Amino acid sequence: MDFFKLISDLEKVDPEVYERLDTRRRVFRYAPGLGKALSAAALPAFMGMLFNKAYGQGSATTLPAPVADVLNLALQLEYLEYHFYATGLSSGSLISAANRPAITAVRNDESGHIKVLRGALNTQAFSSTDPTAAAFDYTAGNRFSNVFTDAAVFYAVAQSFEDLGVRAYKGVAPKLLTNKTLLETALRIHSVEARHAAHIRTLRRGLHAGVEGPAAAQTPAQLSNLPQRPKSWVSGTDAGGPSAPFTAAIYGAGTPAIGTASQIFFPAESNTLQTGNETLPSSTSTTPPVIDSAAATESFDEGLNETKVKDIALFFRSGQGASLGLFQ
Amino acid sequence: MSETSLSGGGQLPRRAFLQYAGAGASLAALALAGCSDEEEQPIVPAVTTVDVGGTDVGALNFVYALKQVELAFYTALRTGTYYTGLAPDSAEKQILDDLQKHESVHGTFFRSLLTVGSAIRLLETDFSNVDLNTRLSAPGAAHPGVLNVAMALEDLGVAACNGSARFITNAQTLLTLGKIVSVEAHHAAMVRDLVSYNSFVDNDVVEVFTPGTSGTPGDGTGTGLERAKSFTDILAVINPYLKEGSKLTATQLV
Repeated sequence: MDFFKLISDLEKVDPEVYERLDTRRRVFRYAPGLGKALSAAALPAFMGMLFNKAYGQGSATTLPAPVADVLNLALQLEYLEYHFYATGLSSGSLISAANRPAITAVRNDESGHIKVLRGALNTQAFSSTDPTAAAFDYTAGNRFSNVFTDAAVFYAVAQSFEDLGVRAYKGVAPKLLTNKTLLETALRIHSVEARHAAHIRTLRRGLHAGVEGPAAAQTPAQLSNLPQRPKSWVSGTDAGGPSAPFTAAIYGAGTPAIGTASQIFFPAESNTLQTGNETLPSSTSTTPPVIDSAAATESFDEGLNETKVKDIALFFRSGQGASLGLFQ
Repeated sequence: MSETSLSGGGQLPRRAFLQYAGAGASLAALALAGCSDEEEQPIVPAVTTVDVGGTDVGALNFVYALKQVELAFYTALRTGTYYTGLAPDSAEKQILDDLQKHESVHGTFFRSLLTVGSAIRLLETDFSNVDLNTRLSAPGAAHPGVLNVAMALEDLGVAACNGSARFITNAQTLLTLGKIVSVEAHHAAMVRDLVSYNSFVDNDVVEVFTPGTSGTPGDGTGTGLERAKSFTDILAVINPYLKEGSKLTATQLV
């Protein structure tokens, strides 16, 4: 077997193969027990591990339970989002022609994330079958009865899901500290969710001003009306979010809410203390950039612990979802 | 002994020492430090680069370096006629002001987090090739416009944070880096929507997932993941905006 021809053949179908394969020393970090000298007998298993790691397939090694748990929560959130957007796209004129490409792209991203997370979890996925849209209640118990008939409500819930997803991935990242491949995968999902969130926020600014398309990106935010004219980043607690007070929990504190710089904790989005360093200047400068509390809070998004994430997600779980064990 | 000659005892002259402190020493400079004192001429130091270092410090310095470049850029653009021509209550001014503020907060934060001796020094930037008077340059233009550069820097910021995470050994540091990367991603998406609305997750930054015919979630090609970028590729875009003597290397982040 010509290993290098194998890789160059692979490159023809996967241009990213060189980025995916662990190179040089990193390979050995992920291959416990193999050491740095490969025997001929170990080579096939090593090759298999190399490609399994590259493509996120479950290897012969089982994921530790805490890791499988966080990935399963992520997977369930992805189904929540996927079916939300898929249902929206099938809801007649709910999503305008100007917005269909973006929402289609977002739905496709969530589908890709489902593929990636299932690949990483393999037989440890919470279910071997996909939950359907029936596993979810997007009205949140009739709070949002017109979620698929009123665009403003639909996008309010969309922003809520994306903002929640960003906090959720961030909250679980420390648990992936020692599995570098899964950590990087989770972060590469997390940043895409953050892109989604920013776009939905931009879209909502435009919607509130009665415009869509590029004009939405030209609509300024209103600090006095963040629930309906948010910035494309979280500012303070966003005055409770798109549907305060119900959505306030998405921007509020998790558990634990306070801690020292050497602890993992989950303050509200209005937090300005980062690893023991106060980011809000005590003296007021008039020379740009002037850092006020809005700027200090916007500069960092806070994580949220799994239990709190599930508490919020549960509002959107149907009876069928409960029987599937979602968000437990 | 003159200020610029180096003794065999390895004593560095004062000014050169400040340049070499912390993670900033380049291999070239260290090689010069080993020169014997038979060298009579004053030694002109070779052009030095700034290496970000390794492990947690290296990862943080890499992101910190990007933050320095971003802050310098968002500050520099404010003198260009594109920015000065923006209406005071316009969305673009609000956004560009926020971008400067956030990168300033990030830079200050990294200087607090990285103790003296482990932080890279303040880098000197060079945006002379950027047309600060143009909002968006045409494809293939000789000088990129403001939003072109903003988009490149923010997209790279996301990739830099994502790629640095594997070198972090401390959970709190990792969480903190995570708090920053989503803000970078918000920035990147916003700038992209200004450049070309709906381009926030285009294929050049996200591996587009194309559904298969079954309609089943997860069935299709692609991943929906943010594209990974090597540090080499990131630095190839960043270093042109840094002056000689401030250009970066990441030799220990492997």
